[in-house]
Amino acid sequence: MTTLTDPPKSTFRVSQLIYDTRYRSLTFQVIAFILLSVAIGYLAKNLGANLRDQGLSISFGFLGVPAGYDINQRLIEYTSQSTNLRAAFVGILNTLLVAFLACATATVFGVVAGVLRLSNNWLVSKLMAFYVEIFRNIPVLIWIIIIFTIMTAVMPSPREFRGDDATASMFLGISAFTNRGIYIPMPYFENGFGGSVDWLIVIASLIGSFFATRFMSKRASAIQEATGVRPATLASNLAIWFVPLIVLSLVMGLTFEIPALKGFNFGGGIKVGGPLIAIWFALSIYTGAFIAENVRAGILAVSKGQTEAASALGLRPRRVMSLVILPQALRVIIPPLISNYLNITKNSSLAILVGYADVTATLGGITLNQTGRAIECVLLLMLFYLVVSLLISAVINVYNNAIKLKER
Amino acid sequence: MSDSSKNSIAFVRTEVLPELPPPSNATGAVRWMRDNLFATPGNSVLTIAAILVIYIVLSATVPWMINGIWNSDSLSQCREILDGQSGACFAVLAERWNQLLFGFTYPKDIYWRPGLAFVLLFVAVAPVLFFDLPRKLLLFTAVYPFIAFYLIWGGSVMVPLVALAGFVAGAIVFLRLIKNSFAVSAFGALVAAIVVWYAGGFLIPEAEITEGAMRSIPSRDLGGFMLNMMLGVTCVSLSLPIGIALALGRQSSMPFIKMVCVVFIEFVRGVPLITLLFVASVMLSYFFPPEATVDLFLRVVIMITLFSAAYIAEVIRGGLAALPKGQYEAGDSLGLDYAQSMRLIILPQALKISIPGIVNVAVGLFKDTTLVSVISMFDLVGMIRGPILASTEWNGVYWELFLFAAVLFFVVCYGISQYSQWLERRLATDHR
Repeated sequence: MTTLTDPPKSTFRVSQLIYDTRYRSLTFQVIAFILLSVAIGYLAKNLGANLRDQGLSISFGFLGVPAGYDINQRLIEYTSQSTNLRAAFVGILNTLLVAFLACATATVFGVVAGVLRLSNNWLVSKLMAFYVEIFRNIPVLIWIIIIFTIMTAVMPSPREFRGDDATASMFLGISAFTNRGIYIPMPYFENGFGGSVDWLIVIASLIGSFFATRFMSKRASAIQEATGVRPATLASNLAIWFVPLIVLSLVMGLTFEIPALKGFNFGGGIKVGGPLIAIWFALSIYTGAFIAENVRAGILAVSKGQTEAASALGLRPRRVMSLVILPQALRVIIPPLISNYLNITKNSSLAILVGYADVTATLGGITLNQTGRAIECVLLLMLFYLVVSLLISAVINVYNNAIKLKER
Repeated sequence: MSDSSKNSIAFVRTEVLPELPPPSNATGAVRWMRDNLFATPGNSVLTIAAILVIYIVLSATVPWMINGIWNSDSLSQCREILDGQSGACFAVLAERWNQLLFGFTYPKDIYWRPGLAFVLLFVAVAPVLFFDLPRKLLLFTAVYPFIAFYLIWGGSVMVPLVALAGFVAGAIVFLRLIKNSFAVSAFGALVAAIVVWYAGGFLIPEAEITEGAMRSIPSRDLGGFMLNMMLGVTCVSLSLPIGIALALGRQSSMPFIKMVCVVFIEFVRGVPLITLLFVASVMLSYFFPPEATVDLFLRVVIMITLFSAAYIAEVIRGGLAALPKGQYEAGDSLGLDYAQSMRLIILPQALKISIPGIVNVAVGLFKDTTLVSVISMFDLVGMIRGPILASTEWNGVYWELFLFAAVLFFVVCYGISQYSQWLERRLATDHR
C-alpha cells in the first residue's frame, strides 16, 4: 500500500494537452482559433487576388458621389443630384416607414383573428382558422406579387374616373383607388403657423395628454389604496385626450384637401403609391396570421383556474380580464410578437420586387448596379439590418427581464 | 288519509306518461345553430358578416373556376371562347405545365430524370419520417443524395460514385476508431474521405458527356418548382448537422468557441435572407480562388444552408436548455465523455423536443426558396414572373398562375405541418 505524502510532481507532458481537462479546453480553443484564422486568411487572400485581377479596391468614396437616379417615394428631400449616401438614407426611411405601418396593421389583424379564432361562433372560428392556414402556408413573396397585381391590374386607371359615364367613382367622394396608387384627403391647418410646426404642436398635445392620463390613473390608484374606492376615470381620460385636439383643430382651422382629377391624373391629397400599399398590406396580412397564432396561444396558456380564482375573489369580468388574464397572456404573447416585428422589418426587403424604394432597392439595388461596388453595398446593407435587429432584440431582452417572474 | 280526501281529487293519473321528444328548437341542427352560430346578438352579427364574406368570395371565384378553359393556345383565344363571361384561362397551366415544374431550359426528352428523382425522394424520406418502417430502408436514404445528383445533373457516373466512396471510407474509419476517442475518429474519417476523393479524382473522365440519356446538365438549366424542391430539401438536410454543431458550440464552456458561434448565429439571424442571396450572387465569388468557377446554384445553396443552420441552431438550443440539468449530470456520472453523453443521452432528447421548431424552420425555409427569383434564378415564381407572363400568348394571365403557385406551396407546407403535429402526438412519451 502506498501513501501519498507529497503531491505529484508538476511535470508537464504533451499528452496532458488532450487528456487533462485543465488543458484540454484550451487546446481545443487554440486549434479552433488557428483553423478559423487560416480560413479567414484564405478567404481574404482570395478576395485580394480577385480584386487585384479585376483592378478593384474596397472604398466607400462612392457614397459621396451624386447618385444620378430618381426615387418616387421619399420622406426627405432628394434629387437625382443627391449623393448615394442620401439615397441610402431615403431608402432607410422608406424601410422604417413600411415596417412601422405593417407592424401596426399586422398587430390589428393578428389580434382580431386570434381572438375570433377562439370565439364560440363555429363559422367565425373556422373562417379565422382558414385565414391563418392559408396565409401561413403560402410564401410572402407570392402574396406581395398578388397584391401588387391587384393594385396595378385590377384597380381602375385615373382615365376611368373621367366624364359623365365614368366607370369608376371615388370612394365616399373623398378617396380614389387607382392603379397609380391610392389618393386620400390630406389634413392641413388653414390658419396655423405653417409647415411642420402645426404637427409638432399636435404631437406635443398628444404627449401631454398621455402623461396627464397617466397622472390621473396614478392618482386614482392612490385614492383606491387610501379609501378602497376607485374614482371613475373614463370620462376624464376621454376629455384629456380629445378636448385639446378639438380645441387645436378649431383654433388652427383643420381642413382636408380632397384629391381631385386634374388632367390625366389625380392631384391634391396624399398619394400612397401602389408598391407601398402592396408591400404594406401583404406583410401585414401575412404576419397577421402568425401573430394570430401567438395571440391564441397566449390566451390559451392562461389556465382556466386563473379566471375562476379571480371570479372567486369577487372581481368583475372586466377586471378579471384586465388584472388577471391579460397580464399573464401578454407575458406569453409579447416576446414572439416583437420577433414578428423583426420579421416584418426583414421581410420588408422584399419591397425591391415591386419597385418600392426601400434600402435594399436603393443601396443594394440601383446604387450597387450603377457603381459596381458590390462588396461595400452589401456590407452596408447587412450592417443596417443588423443594427435594427439588434435594437429589437435588445427591446425583447429588456421586456423579458421586466416581466420575469420574481421568485423570492 | 280518509276516503273523502281521495274523492276530492278529481283525477289521478295512474300510468307514466310517455317521454315527449325535446322541442324542435332544442335538438338537431337547429339546436346546434342556436349554440354555435346565433348564441348572442353579437354572435349573430358575426355569423351574418362571415356568411356575407364567404358569399362574396365564392360568388367571385366559383363561376370563374367553373367556366375555366383548359384548352386554348393563348389568352386572346381564351377570351374568345369565354365570350365576355367571367372565367379562368387554365389553359396556360396545361400548356406551360412542364415549364412551371422544370424551368424553360431543362431538356424536354429527359424530364423523366428529375421526375424519377422526385419519386425516389419519397422512398428516401419515408424511413426518416415514419420510423415503423424497416430500418434497412435508411441505407437507401443514405445513398439517395448521390442517386438524385446523378439523375438531375447527369454526366459521368463516377462523380457521385467517388463522392459516395469517400463517405463510405470515412464511415468505416470512424466506426473502427470510435472506441478510442471521438475527436481521433472524426479526424481519421475526414482524412480517409479526403484521400479517397483525391485518388478518385483521377478516375473521373475529363470529357463532358453531352449526348444520350444521361448527358450532363448545367445548373443554370434547372428551374421551376423543381428548383424550389431541390433548394428546400438540400438546404434543410445540410443545415441540420451544422445547426446541431452551432447549438452545441453556443452551449459550450469554451469562451472562444462560444463567441464564434454566437456571433455567427446572431449575424445571420439579424440580416434578411435576401441580403445573403445578394452575397451569393454578387459577392461570394470574390472569396473563391480566382481560377475556380462556382456556379450560382452552389453559391445559393451555401448561403441558404448557413441561413437555416443559424435558425435551426436556435431551435435546438431551446431543446438543449429545456432538458433538466440532471440529464447532463447523469451522463457525467456514468463516466461518458462529452461526445458520448451528447450522442447517447442529451441530443436524442433535445432533438425530440425541438422537432416542431425544426419543422417550422423547414417550412419557412421552403417558402423562402421563392426569394431566389429576386437574383434572377427561374424558380416557380421566377418562371411565372419572367418567361411566362412576358410571353405574348399569356401576357395578363395573373390569377391562374398565382393560384397554381399558391396551391403547390400550400399543399407542401400544410402537409409538412400536419406531419409535424402527428409526430408530436406520436413522440409524446411523457405522461399528461
